[in-house]
Amino acid sequence: MANIKQARNKKSLIKKEHPTLKLMYKHRMLLSMLIPVILYFFIFKYGPMYGIIMAFKDYYPVKGLAASEWVGLKHFDTLFNGLYFMPVLKNTILISLYGMFWGFPAPIILAIILNEIRNKKFKKITQTISYLPHFLSWVIVAGVFIEFLSPSRGFVNFIITSLGFEPIYFVTEPAWFRTILVGTSVWKGIGWGSIIYLAAISGIDPQLYEVAEIDGASRLRKIWNITIPAIVPVIVIMLIFSSGKIIDDNFQQIYNFLNPRVLRVGDVIETYTYEQGLKNMQYSYATAVGLFKNVISFSMVLITNYIAKRTTEYALW
Amino acid sequence: MLYKRSKDDLLVDLFCYLFLIILSITIIIPFMQVITISFSPTHVINSYGLKLFPTEITLEGYKKVFSDELIWSGYMNTIFVTVVGTILNVLFSVLGAYPLSKRYLPYRNMWTGLIVFTMYFSGGLIPSYMLVKNLGMLNSLTALILPGLISAYNMIIMRNYFMSLPESLEESARIDGAHDYTILFKIILPLSKPIIATVSLWYGVHHWNSWFHSMIYIQDRDKQVLQYVLRLILSEGQVDEVGETLAEAAAVNSETMKMAALVVATLPIICVYPFIQKYFVKGVMVGSLKG
Repeated sequence: MANIKQARNKKSLIKKEHPTLKLMYKHRMLLSMLIPVILYFFIFKYGPMYGIIMAFKDYYPVKGLAASEWVGLKHFDTLFNGLYFMPVLKNTILISLYGMFWGFPAPIILAIILNEIRNKKFKKITQTISYLPHFLSWVIVAGVFIEFLSPSRGFVNFIITSLGFEPIYFVTEPAWFRTILVGTSVWKGIGWGSIIYLAAISGIDPQLYEVAEIDGASRLRKIWNITIPAIVPVIVIMLIFSSGKIIDDNFQQIYNFLNPRVLRVGDVIETYTYEQGLKNMQYSYATAVGLFKNVISFSMVLITNYIAKRTTEYALW
Repeated sequence: MLYKRSKDDLLVDLFCYLFLIILSITIIIPFMQVITISFSPTHVINSYGLKLFPTEITLEGYKKVFSDELIWSGYMNTIFVTVVGTILNVLFSVLGAYPLSKRYLPYRNMWTGLIVFTMYFSGGLIPSYMLVKNLGMLNSLTALILPGLISAYNMIIMRNYFMSLPESLEESARIDGAHDYTILFKIILPLSKPIIATVSLWYGVHHWNSWFHSMIYIQDRDKQVLQYVLRLILSEGQVDEVGETLAEAAAVNSETMKMAALVVATLPIICVYPFIQKYFVKGVMVGSLKG
């Protein structure tokens, strides 16, 4: 009896005095769905964030994270004054910037070009082909290109030697390495990236084109004055998204192409973190490197978003 | 359509068609070479000449690949991880996306914020590795599934889709006495087939193609996934191209095998690709509506 009374009291307490609790009680089922999800994010996403303190400690696996000694900024000191980090940072930034410079506009151009094609069948076939590389892993893409660019068997070198030039050792030649990275990432991403711009273009009111037609606008003029302005919001959003990746180099890609001969120009923060952390077991140092990279990427997104908000009306938040 | 074809009109057309033809060729040709090499006997590979169409056919490479046990175990592991992983991915993404799509969910913005934040900031490689290690998941296929259980991005896209469904459906079900789980599984999900299909495919292809976690979390060779096995085969006995004269015959013979392995690992995705492509495209469109 007493129990029931107590329970009733509790219920009425929830109902009357705590509007939020009441709301939570009302939506308990909805909230119960969220429990595993929140748990997942706390364990697997926020858990590693706790592990970041490793960067400020001298981590010894035997002692465990909590008992390891605090060393302050020691690892960041080694990072900035070390021999290896600056070249790695430079590679990272250069590869990302080249990648952005060629890789960002490429899908936009492809989308505009596809939009100009009036032959439906041709458009569909080329679109289908252009999306294909997106579905292949970097292991496959690297495997295909290393073969394709091979000095003795590759198609590219067949043409070069047929024209009477010396074969080029593309994949092991430092001067070519970054070009290959940028080229293959454009190759892999151009079709897939164009979809979102095509979606934006398909939302344009066809009347706009008709009116321009009557005014005697040429096709280039229509592209310049109708198509491009219409997709600017999407371009801005995509630019913010990719800004976070300026330093977030594509590990999957680079790791599959990397070989000792091109380490000098191809070693980037993520390959370096992997090498130092998991192979050389410099856990704390590698965590510091990773943290440095993360902070920069995160700030890049914030800054770009801020600028976008100020200069255009489009922003992520 | 009435078009007055002016000179620059033709020029635009010419440029566009040419661009697309060249793009398509650059995508197809590398694969033609890989397929040709995978079918070619050693002396053809060694000879000088164009290698885009097989002149002589041998199945040696494929025989070697299919007698490799790692390929089989890799296939099995990849299929397991892809199937089980994708089912769990979709289930948990739905469980997150549905409540977050409800405006009246208590602390909705806080939950969403916490999840979106993980898209931009993470603990990094080493802390993630340590976590998996401390949870005792090293060297087990669960390490390839659990840490990536939910992709925040896919979940947000799902949430946006749920938000676009009419609210009256839910209200009428509620009047009939249905609770949230019934509403979600009996009413919302059947209406969400397009987005479920797309997100499943995204997760599926992601699992099929991933190799990095297999490389760092798994030690036993027979527990590795296909892509990593392929990586092992491709890098195995990698003769430095510069000094290729050494043991050329053996090296090139293994070249046939490597290319055969490449084809074997690529084939499944090339086969299903034409059928799944349109769902993928639809998904990007759905996601972009409320990007």
